[in-house]
Amino acid sequence: MDFSWLSDPFYQKALWTGFVNTLWLVAVSAVCGFALAVTFAMIRLRGPRPLAMLVTGVTTVVRGTPLLVQLFFFYDGVGRLLPEIPGLQESLIWPLLRDPFFYGALTFTLSVGAYTGEVLRGALLSVPEGELAAGRAFGLSHWQILYRLWLPRAIQMCLPTLTGELILLLKSVPLVSTIALMDLLKAANMVRDETFLVYEPLLLIAGIYLALTLVLTSVMRVIEHRFPGARPVASKRRRLLPG
Amino acid sequence: MPSDHSDGLLEWLGPILQGALVTLEIALLAYAIGLGLGLIGATARLSPWRPLRGLGTAYSTLVRAIPELLLIILLYYAGSQALNALLAEFGGDTHIEISGFVTAVGVLAFVQGAYMTEVFRGAIQAIPKGQLEAADAYGFSHPTRFYRIVLPAMLPNALPGMSNLWLILVKDTALISVIGFEELFFTAQQAAASTRDYALFYALAGALYLVMTLGSNALFARAERYVRRGQPST
Repeated sequence: MDFSWLSDPFYQKALWTGFVNTLWLVAVSAVCGFALAVTFAMIRLRGPRPLAMLVTGVTTVVRGTPLLVQLFFFYDGVGRLLPEIPGLQESLIWPLLRDPFFYGALTFTLSVGAYTGEVLRGALLSVPEGELAAGRAFGLSHWQILYRLWLPRAIQMCLPTLTGELILLLKSVPLVSTIALMDLLKAANMVRDETFLVYEPLLLIAGIYLALTLVLTSVMRVIEHRFPGARPVASKRRRLLPG
Repeated sequence: MPSDHSDGLLEWLGPILQGALVTLEIALLAYAIGLGLGLIGATARLSPWRPLRGLGTAYSTLVRAIPELLLIILLYYAGSQALNALLAEFGGDTHIEISGFVTAVGVLAFVQGAYMTEVFRGAIQAIPKGQLEAADAYGFSHPTRFYRIVLPAMLPNALPGMSNLWLILVKDTALISVIGFEELFFTAQQAAASTRDYALFYALAGALYLVMTLGSNALFARAERYVRRGQPST
């Protein structure tokens, strides 16, 4: 095992860029993807029929095809057709449309939206009808019921599944190394190409991913316990502590 | 230029369908081996012997915490190196094509086995203890108990997880293209690069994967009805 390349500032910088890009991609896709998931779930539950069918179709396609194919479709396929749209290259959003990060985030957001949307739909359906009726009886508006009552209750029910989805998102980030975006795997591949070391760079980032997975699961575990109305595991301990 | 599009499509349709067949072959073989590995892994994780339990836990935890693509690249190099060393030991001249297929299947099966371990462990643990004790009371041998009681009792619990993993596996075969093995997506990439019809060929590849996943969904729904026969409907 030869890890002497780690002292080279050039490789350090590549790995750091890859690390930061990986975290950014997860953060952006998780936040946007969750918003999309809520939208998808609500459309399928309460939206007009044609729109609900469209969302069902998108969900089926996204869940039934490989993420790598979707990534290439957006980056290589749609991305190459965009310059043919007149006026787009002069517009303000063009720099965004040339950035591989945008395509990575777009693909992952759609994927999170589709998978998590299904999870949320199931959770929203299992919130007892009486709780929503209680909200209406208190005179809450539709929006208030959704974001003060229905959604929090649904999230509370499916939080462990959401943790799983988040880990899946983290683990799909290396796919972007195929579209010229510097992530951890891309950095490792660069080291491999230049130093002819096969295992060391890959094992290093495998270790980083292992650590990231563990950190993310423990952070989510804390959130699961702190979430309002969660199983009272923490309260038992609180009673033992002074104050 | 629509005529150009259809020319390229006709020319590449054959190779792409061929690639789809290779994908299906890889997936089926890897699934079969993954099932075996999962059973072994679950047995290890539920074993009363501690080192074996630790080994099973390490296998399923490590593999499930590391991204599939990274594992596939890592295991591909390690696997092909081991395979080539093995073949060189026997003095035969190595055939690259075969070792590419074998490593692709092996790598996917290894990853699949780790997820399958967890599915089987959960399903076996969900079997009511009384059923196993009844088998013991009737003097069933261990293999008989496994085939007549454990397997049929756990399958209804395991099948939803198994069907999920099959879908994940079919989609994961696309990752093999990163290593340069000619399956469905690799062929589609070649077609896209040579005709410059990127969107068309990626959409076509996506559609073929969709046919495979939706088709197998129907088969698994049927299988689930079969293993649940005699159970009260939920």
